[in-house]
Amino acid sequence: MLKTSRRTIVAGAALAAVGWAGSAAAQETVKIGAVYPLSGNSASAGEYSKMAMEVGVDVINNGNAELAKIMPLAKGGGLPGLKGAKIQLIFADNQGTPAAGQNQTLRLITEEKVAAVIGAYQSGITLTASAIAERYGIPFLTPESVAANLTERGFKWFFRTTPVAIDFAKAYSAFLKEQKAAGRKVDSVALVHENTEYGNSVASVIAEVFGKDGLSITQNISYSANSTDVQPQVLQLKEKNPDALIFISYTSDAILYAKTMKELNWKPGIMIADDAGFNDPSFVKTMASSVEGLVNRSAFAGGKPGTVPYLFNELYKKKSGGADLDDVSARGLEGFLVMADAINRAGSTDPAKIRDALKATDLKADQMVPGYDGVKFDDKGQNTLASSLITQMRGGQYLAIWPKDRATAEVILPYKGW
Amino acid sequence: MSMTLLQVVVSGLLLGAVYALFSSGLTLIWGMMNVVNFAHGDFVMLGMYTAVVIWTALGGGPWASVPVAAILIATLGVVSYFLLVRHIMKGPMLAQILGTFGLALFLRYAAFWTFGANFRTLPDTLVGHSFVLAGIRFEGSRLLAGVVGLGVTLLLHVILTRTAIGSRMLAVSEDATAAQLMGIRPQRMQALAWALAGAATGIAGALIATFFYTSPTVGETLAIVAFVTVSFGGFGSVLGALVAGLIIGVVESLSAYLIGPVYKDVIVYVLFVLVLWFRPQGLMGKA
Repeated sequence: MLKTSRRTIVAGAALAAVGWAGSAAAQETVKIGAVYPLSGNSASAGEYSKMAMEVGVDVINNGNAELAKIMPLAKGGGLPGLKGAKIQLIFADNQGTPAAGQNQTLRLITEEKVAAVIGAYQSGITLTASAIAERYGIPFLTPESVAANLTERGFKWFFRTTPVAIDFAKAYSAFLKEQKAAGRKVDSVALVHENTEYGNSVASVIAEVFGKDGLSITQNISYSANSTDVQPQVLQLKEKNPDALIFISYTSDAILYAKTMKELNWKPGIMIADDAGFNDPSFVKTMASSVEGLVNRSAFAGGKPGTVPYLFNELYKKKSGGADLDDVSARGLEGFLVMADAINRAGSTDPAKIRDALKATDLKADQMVPGYDGVKFDDKGQNTLASSLITQMRGGQYLAIWPKDRATAEVILPYKGW
Repeated sequence: MSMTLLQVVVSGLLLGAVYALFSSGLTLIWGMMNVVNFAHGDFVMLGMYTAVVIWTALGGGPWASVPVAAILIATLGVVSYFLLVRHIMKGPMLAQILGTFGLALFLRYAAFWTFGANFRTLPDTLVGHSFVLAGIRFEGSRLLAGVVGLGVTLLLHVILTRTAIGSRMLAVSEDATAAQLMGIRPQRMQALAWALAGAATGIAGALIATFFYTSPTVGETLAIVAFVTVSFGGFGSVLGALVAGLIIGVVESLSAYLIGPVYKDVIVYVLFVLVLWFRPQGLMGKA
């Protein structure tokens, strides 16, 4: 009974839609599912990503003259490969739990009949949600989950556009070697990391990459992120006095380290922070003046006027009420654009064709919203051209300083601190 | 090497004095009425926010925020006593635990609602600059917190053991009915204990805020230290909390420096378990 009535309504709505579309009756919509945290602890990150992707949908469906000069899909009128089909992005709330993420993905695939799924922010949820897509043979793309094991499962329908720990490590290594070549002292590097999955895994990857690149890690300090005091650790650092220091920290510990280093009056020549705590807006707001010249990473850093990141950021600011695209939302938007490009080239909503198109993806750096070198997937579905920009704290905000061709500011060293 | 080691010990002692300060309120409440205040960490958190608000709204430093926080949290303590604690004390043990735990959650989420989840910090120039004395570096804000911590804890100890009002409070904690027969009003004394504990906790919060971050969940982080300090020193003993705070501060600092930060908790807790093994009542608790 209920089912019949719902079907009737859907049919009615469909009829109305056809009537509305009028002459363009041949047009169809392509449904893409998006599983994001819209409630729970990470809801704010999910909301920002949702807004960013909606900007992307609007650009493809309705066009943007300026972006169209660089991006073929921004001409408006939907996807040319599917006779102008419009994209409909259907959001589902993963509620911050792997179980909900899995259920919502199942619903998107079986009831909404989406052609592909994007998601799911938290690595743990991407893990379960993508397993459902794999079982149903639907392409799943994660724009932001970085856990290494995601691409090690032998999945055939899984793709990842974001850079992962190894990319960050390579960026830091290349940056430090460049500084060394420029005559700066980089003979000893200290790693200071919090001791959960994030800190441990990133630190071990950095240690490995640095080892191969001939940068010597002389100190490796692991600590608990909810410490009440970090004075002894700073004193350990002060005593060994490394030339460069890399932090892998969350927010509260980042604040404590920044404060304590100032109190005990010690700073290295080069100080690098691996995103996370040191990029948290509340850290930047309160501690910026104590970490002037801090080197950080971010996938997104504005860009010059007229470029893809700049133009998308302008559109996004209108939607978000003034907030800029950030590291997470920019990567989310890029994930959506990669999926839209693949569906367009597939010329079909057949999942297998979309997967083949994803595999053949070859996007160039000038098309990128975040600072990637492009998008090209390897056999495991990992984007091999993903890379991170290196930024530096200057008077309260992070500016892109590396690589040179995407820098908006010059590198200033040594680290100034306060 | 030895200079750095000395610096570690001094930092540990100052840290320990602060631990003692924010633990003294907890131990006082226990000593007076055998109630464990699970909302203690959140009292500290509100003291910290008092300092943050006074600075952001009025530009006032600890000279303004310490007395205001003392009065505010003392009031909060008395209100909590009359509205909640007095009633749940008649209930079973579980009701007491869940009662103050509920209060903790209420205060924490009220803070989320009022202040948002963001981390706040006070400018480090608020309490003067750091200085070097005999090769040891002292940070103004930590030194102030440490010295006031020692002072307030000792003052509480003196009030409890050397004054008439202290004797009356102790009489109530020993035997409320007998005290009442002697003309002491138990409820008034217990309310006073909550006021004193609240004031000490407010002072602790306002001082910690000058060198720590403030967030709605910071109470959780600090409460664990307070519970360890109090059971280490002996539930109910203010002097015990002071000694335990100093020991924990120094042991934490030394083990983090000499062995490694991830092991410092192991060492502190091994010591803790050993103390409880040989003296279940804590260093200075009553057997």
